Amino acid sequence: MDNWIMIGALLVLMGFAYQFGVLRSRSVAAGGAVRMHSRPGYYGLLVALWCGLPALAVFLLWSMIEPSMIRSVVIEQLPPEVAALDGNQINVILRRVESIASGFGVSDQPAAYELAAAARVSELQGTGRMSMIALMAALAVGGLVFTLRRISPALRARNKVESVVQTLLIICSTIAILTTIGIVLSMLGEAMRFFQFVNPVDFFFGTVWNPRFSTVGSGDQGQFGLLPLLWGTIMVSIVALLIAVPVGLMTAIYMAEYAPGWLRSVAKPVIEVLAGIPTIVYGFFALVTVGPFFHGLGLAVGLDIRTTSALTAGVVMGIMIIPFVSSLSDDIITQVPRAMRDGSLGLGATKAETIRNVVLPAALPGIVGAFLLAASRAIGETMIVVLAAGNSPVLHANPFEAVSTVTVTIVNQLTGDLDFASPQSLVAFALGLTLFVITLALNVVALYIVRKYREQYE
Amino acid sequence: MSDQAVTHDTPHAPPQSGRQWTPQHELVKKSLGRRHAAEKRFRAAGMSAVLFGLAMVALLFVTIFAKGIPAFWQATFNIPVYFDPEIVKVEPRPQAQPGETPAQLRDRDLAWQTQVTMVNWNRVIENALIEHLPEAASKRPLVRRLVTSGERFGLRDMFVANPELLGQRVTLRLLADANVDVWLKGNIDRDLPDSQQQLPPEVRQWADALYERGVIEMKFSTSLFMNPDSRSSLASAGLAGAIMGSLYMMLIVILIAVPVGVASAIYLEEYAPRNKFTDLIEVNINNLAAVPSIIFGLLGAAVFINWFKMPLSAPIVGGLVLSLMTLPTVIIATRSTLKAIPPSIRQAALGIGASKTQTIFHHVLPLALPGILTGAIIGVAQAIGETAPLLLIGMSAFVASVPATPFDQATALPVQIYLWQGNELRNFFEARTSAAIVVLLAVMISMNALAILLRKRFEQRW
Repeated sequence: MDNWIMIGALLVLMGFAYQFGVLRSRSVAAGGAVRMHSRPGYYGLLVALWCGLPALAVFLLWSMIEPSMIRSVVIEQLPPEVAALDGNQINVILRRVESIASGFGVSDQPAAYELAAAARVSELQGTGRMSMIALMAALAVGGLVFTLRRISPALRARNKVESVVQTLLIICSTIAILTTIGIVLSMLGEAMRFFQFVNPVDFFFGTVWNPRFSTVGSGDQGQFGLLPLLWGTIMVSIVALLIAVPVGLMTAIYMAEYAPGWLRSVAKPVIEVLAGIPTIVYGFFALVTVGPFFHGLGLAVGLDIRTTSALTAGVVMGIMIIPFVSSLSDDIITQVPRAMRDGSLGLGATKAETIRNVVLPAALPGIVGAFLLAASRAIGETMIVVLAAGNSPVLHANPFEAVSTVTVTIVNQLTGDLDFASPQSLVAFALGLTLFVITLALNVVALYIVRKYREQYE
Repeated sequence: MSDQAVTHDTPHAPPQSGRQWTPQHELVKKSLGRRHAAEKRFRAAGMSAVLFGLAMVALLFVTIFAKGIPAFWQATFNIPVYFDPEIVKVEPRPQAQPGETPAQLRDRDLAWQTQVTMVNWNRVIENALIEHLPEAASKRPLVRRLVTSGERFGLRDMFVANPELLGQRVTLRLLADANVDVWLKGNIDRDLPDSQQQLPPEVRQWADALYERGVIEMKFSTSLFMNPDSRSSLASAGLAGAIMGSLYMMLIVILIAVPVGVASAIYLEEYAPRNKFTDLIEVNINNLAAVPSIIFGLLGAAVFINWFKMPLSAPIVGGLVLSLMTLPTVIIATRSTLKAIPPSIRQAALGIGASKTQTIFHHVLPLALPGILTGAIIGVAQAIGETAPLLLIGMSAFVASVPATPFDQATALPVQIYLWQGNELRNFFEARTSAAIVVLLAVMISMNALAILLRKRFEQRW
């Protein structure tokens, strides 16, 4: 809470600094007699920035460093037999010390060394706090006064403020890159640790997935074969694409070429609602509605269809990506030049023939791109398969049986306690890396195709 | 598109005079029927694809709402409860004494609360029920099964908050047990044999009798919104914790993803020179937008939890992960809005002497604001519906309290749905999960509606 008050105080000070800057620049300008370089607001902003930014930087650095400094000082001061305890017990003691230092007290009688440590902590915290406030105040006031004195007709305040703004913008735009780097590095790092336990060949080409939780020292690590999971992913994705691509493509064609305006304006947003529904909702829908429906259908025709199966998950996932396919294809079909259609129609082709023989071939690269993007979406989808695919990592080709996928296994291996030392947890990162590489490849190819296609008709 | 231009309906007419009737004409005429049939089939296929899509939307909403809406009303007792001093035997609540540290007072207070907890609150509830069911006086263990077990803690909390209740009679609303609710709503087959019923026959009879007499009523379930999750008392399991968790995460996404995304879009679209590096950023952002969400969960687990040692299950971590996930969406939406602002506006501003930054912040951004807001709202809505990354940073842990700060343990609405759908008491939780989904969908639909409204209201055509 104190920290918020300090930030608030700093912001208020910055507000004053702005006003001071504006007033000062006005007085320097002497009512228009002197021609200033920038408008008054920029002088105000410059003063405010000089007042606020250095103090803020000190505040951030200090808050990051101070707790660990105090901690190490206190641990040094503890009697040797206490300091020799292991990490958790030290933490308990430090917490007690802290609560004595804060004046809240502990319910039993504190030991002498605890009281001494607490006194030291409150002393350190007090001096630390005081010196931080002093430093911040000095910087803020110093920056304020310094900049105020610099205000002169020649000071290029606007350019300085603008360069600060631009720097901030650049910092923000690097965050997206940092995220990618973070993804790649964390995946690679943890996956490498996994490959210290398991041979990469056994992982990428193993046909058995059976990651037993080994007891310590038994040397039995279980089998981490990727292929059953990958095959499950592919099977579910194929089912999904078999639903989504024909339906999505036909929807796009109908919407772009046939549908009257009113139908288009109603049906398009309604179908796009499908894209906005959270995937957990689809998972639940698959589990309680679609799965039992297929099961009953199977009984009726004498087939054994499991309630949770590759079919259930795939069909529901297909429904989910219909709007994805249809809106991408719609964009692409409407981009095919009118003249090509008119040429074909003029030769006497029917509308369907024109679409099949002229529009679709012309749009094919774009549609392939859309197809690849949809495939990457299907492969990375998680919640539907977690709920509706049945989680059975066995290599088989029957879509009516339960399967397991890469994403399901990541969730299974990494929920609950996170233990970053066992192959059973670390395998999630190797799987994640595989998934990332596959979807990345699909996306890069798809985006390339779509972009090339756009250029073709622009 | 579907207009008049198609003229191939006329070739049925005989050939115009002055032209020769050739075998080719005959051939074309013969094939016409087939070609027109193909045209009709194609058209019908398109129509049925659209209908399939619409039907799926309808099916999804109808099944979920049909299951979910009734769950907003829950079987509730409306009965007077007597805080009998014979049963509730506790000392007065401890007050602060001079020379006592706050920690010691807290310890004494906790001891007193333990004492209050030890009171046989079940007996208080049983007595209240037996007033209406005199015949059940000899079967107390069965009577207890009518009311959900969490209500005894409800009574305790009421008493802790207001110890003057001792010896008073208060009319209270007590939630019926989940199985009673299921029975009264007919969510379990009423004709099943006793061995397959969740409740003994007497309890079922009493429930029916009390329902007929109006002692049990279907009341709008405030507990669904006011209570956190519960595992021991299923009927009082609520969404409060999940809603707060989602709210915190939404706040963090709004505070981080939206400003950072808008700032980087401005830089990329307005300032950045066209070179290899900005191309790289551009490709990178497009790919990041298509990275599966679960990968962001892995990133969160490895970086925020393993490296930075941030707390498991905390909305702050979830919010950060979702922010990174939403960032590309916001950037792409903002960039396309900025692209749509005609260059003439920039040129006009630059022409009368504005600097580049002034042009952008004084002229371009205000015009782009509605579009940016729309994109941001859609991005945030997407983020709060996301489940998979949250599972990986421990948000699927069972949390029986409402988080007070973003650093406390919490879950989120979609994660709560995931947890509830797995509950063993399917008859009760299928409906309750659907109700949670209705809440989630309501939040998302209203956000999207807001976005559409903004777009409609402020849309500019150049």
